[in-house]
Amino acid sequence: MSEPGRIVRVASGQGFWGDWQEAPKLQVRRGPIDYLMLDYLAEITMSIMQKQRQRDPDAGYARDFVELAVDLAPDLVERGVRILTNAGGVNPDACRRALIEGLGGNPTSRPLRIATVRGDGLVDRLDELLAAGHELRNMETGEPLTTIRDRVYSANAYVGAGPLLEALALGADIVITGRSTDTALTYAALAHEFGWKSDDWDRLAAGVVAGHINECGAQASGGNTLFDWRGVDLVTPGYPIIEAEEDGSFVVTKHPDLGGRVNWATVTEQLVYEMGDPLDYITPDCVADFSTIQLADLGEDRVRIHGVRGGPRTDMLKVSIAYHAGWKATGSLTYAWPDALEKARRADEILRARLDHLGLQFDEIRTEFIGAGACGTREVADASAIPEVQLRVGVRGSDRAAVERFTREIAPLILAGPPSVTGFAGGRPRVQEVMAYWPALIDRSVVEGHLTVDVVEAA
Amino acid sequence: MKVPLSRVAIARSGDKGDTANVGVIALHPDAYPVLAREVTAERVKEFFTSICLGEVERFELPNLAALNFLLHESLGGGGTVSLMLDAQGKTFAASIMGLEVEAPGDVIETCDGVRAGTTRGRPLEAAGPEQGEAE
Repeated sequence: MSEPGRIVRVASGQGFWGDWQEAPKLQVRRGPIDYLMLDYLAEITMSIMQKQRQRDPDAGYARDFVELAVDLAPDLVERGVRILTNAGGVNPDACRRALIEGLGGNPTSRPLRIATVRGDGLVDRLDELLAAGHELRNMETGEPLTTIRDRVYSANAYVGAGPLLEALALGADIVITGRSTDTALTYAALAHEFGWKSDDWDRLAAGVVAGHINECGAQASGGNTLFDWRGVDLVTPGYPIIEAEEDGSFVVTKHPDLGGRVNWATVTEQLVYEMGDPLDYITPDCVADFSTIQLADLGEDRVRIHGVRGGPRTDMLKVSIAYHAGWKATGSLTYAWPDALEKARRADEILRARLDHLGLQFDEIRTEFIGAGACGTREVADASAIPEVQLRVGVRGSDRAAVERFTREIAPLILAGPPSVTGFAGGRPRVQEVMAYWPALIDRSVVEGHLTVDVVEAA
Repeated sequence: MKVPLSRVAIARSGDKGDTANVGVIALHPDAYPVLAREVTAERVKEFFTSICLGEVERFELPNLAALNFLLHESLGGGGTVSLMLDAQGKTFAASIMGLEVEAPGDVIETCDGVRAGTTRGRPLEAAGPEQGEAE
C-alpha cells in the first residue's frame, strides 16, 4: 500500500478544449508531478464530435490532445508522469491510433502503454433502451426522450473512476476515455495510488472536491479572480496541482516558478463555480458534501483542504444527450459617438421592421447593446457620452431559410441605415445549428456492463 | 453603513443549463453574517430582475463563508440555444458586486484590510494532524 505521509501530485493541464496549450507542458516540465489531468469535454462537445464522426469514421476526438501528447511523450517516460484524459470523445480508439502513429515520429526510451475506455456511448443503443422501458426523461421538464427521438445527435453516460482504475491497474501510462466525469480524471489517480475502497465515501468525496478544483485549469490558480486580479502574473500562469495524502486531505498549489496564484480566494471561487446544491454534489462514485470542506490558507500559494465528508453513490448515471433544436445566427454593427446608443437603437428598429415585412418567422429575436449594458445589470449614467455602442442581434428558429435570410439583412444597414457605422469587416454572419442539451438519468447497470478497457503498447 | 457588496465580498458565476449559479464569498469570515443577512434570494432575484425569469435558490456554505445562488431561467435557454452575449453568465458575479448592503464599520475595515493585504482573509492552520480528528 502506501507509506505514511506519502504525497500524490495530480496536475491540471487543460480545463476545456481550447484552453492554453502551453499549460500542460509547463506542468510536466517545470516541477515534479505524478499525473496530468486533461479535460476536453464541455456539454456540447460530444455532439460536435459525433457529427465529425458521422462524416469520417476516424474522427470524433480532440485532435489537439494527440499533438500535445506526442510532444510530451519523452518527458512522460523520463519523469514518470501518467496522463488521464477524456480527449477520446466519441472515438477513443481513433484517438489512440492517431497518437500511436504520431509517437512513431518522437520515440521514447521505452514504449508507452496507452489505454482506451469505451462503452459510455449510448446513441446506437437508444432504441433498444427505450424499448426496454428506459424513458430517459428530461431532468428539468420531465418529458420522455421519445418527444425528440429523431433529432438526437449524441447520448453519452457520465462514467466514473471504475474504468480508469482498471486501466491504471493494467499499467497504462496514458488513459483515453470518452465521457468520463471531469472530476474522475483527478480522483481516479488518487484512488489508484492510495488503494481507496469503492465504498470509502469520505475519501472519494475529498477526491471529488480535488477534481472540482482541478477541472477548470487556471480558474483555481489566479485566472478569472475578483481578488487582486491586477496583482497576478497571468502571462505564464501555473495551473493548479493537487498534492494529496492517503486520508483524502490535500493541498492545492502550483509550480513555484510559474505565475498564477493559489490562495483562499482563488480556490473558493473555483469551489463555488458551476455549483448546484453544494450539500449534494452527485458523482458516479459518491455524493460529496461541500459544506464539510475545511479550508486553510497556508500562504506561499498553498491552500489546504481537509475534513471532507461524503455519502453513497446513487443507482443512476447521468446521461448527456444533445439534439437538434433549430438554427440561429448573430450579427453585429458598431455605432460611434455622438448619440451612439440612439443610432444603434434606430438600426435595430429598422432591422426588425424589415424582417417583419419579409414575413420571416423566428422563435426568438434578441437585441443587445454592447457597451451600454449588455452584461449583467449595470445601467449607463450618461448614454450620450459613450464613444461607441455595438448593436448585436440574434435570431433562432426551426426554419433554416429564415435564419439565412436574416444574415443578409445586416450588411445593408451599412449604407441604408443610421450614420457612423463600422465593425462589419467580419462579413456575413454564419448560420449555426442549435444543439440543445437533454440531461437524463439511467440505471448504472445498463452502462457498466458495456464498458471495456484495453491497453496497447506504442511500438 | 451602506456599501457595495464588493467592499465585503468577491464572487464567481457559471452556468448549469439555463440556470446561472452565482457564488458570493466573504472577504473575511467576519463578513459572512452580513452576507447571510443582506444577500437574500429575494434581493438577488430583484437585482437580476431583467435577466432572471425563474426563481432564485440560496444555499449556505458557512464553512467557506460563502453563499451559492441558483438563478433559474436566466440564460436565455442556456448552451447553444441562447442568443445572449453572456450565455454562460460569466459576468453575473461582477454584476452583483454592485448590490448595496448594510455592513458594520468594523467589518468593512477588516475587509479593506484583506484587500490591502494587511489582514489574512482566511485562517492559517498548522499543517500537521488535527486535534480530535483521529478516527
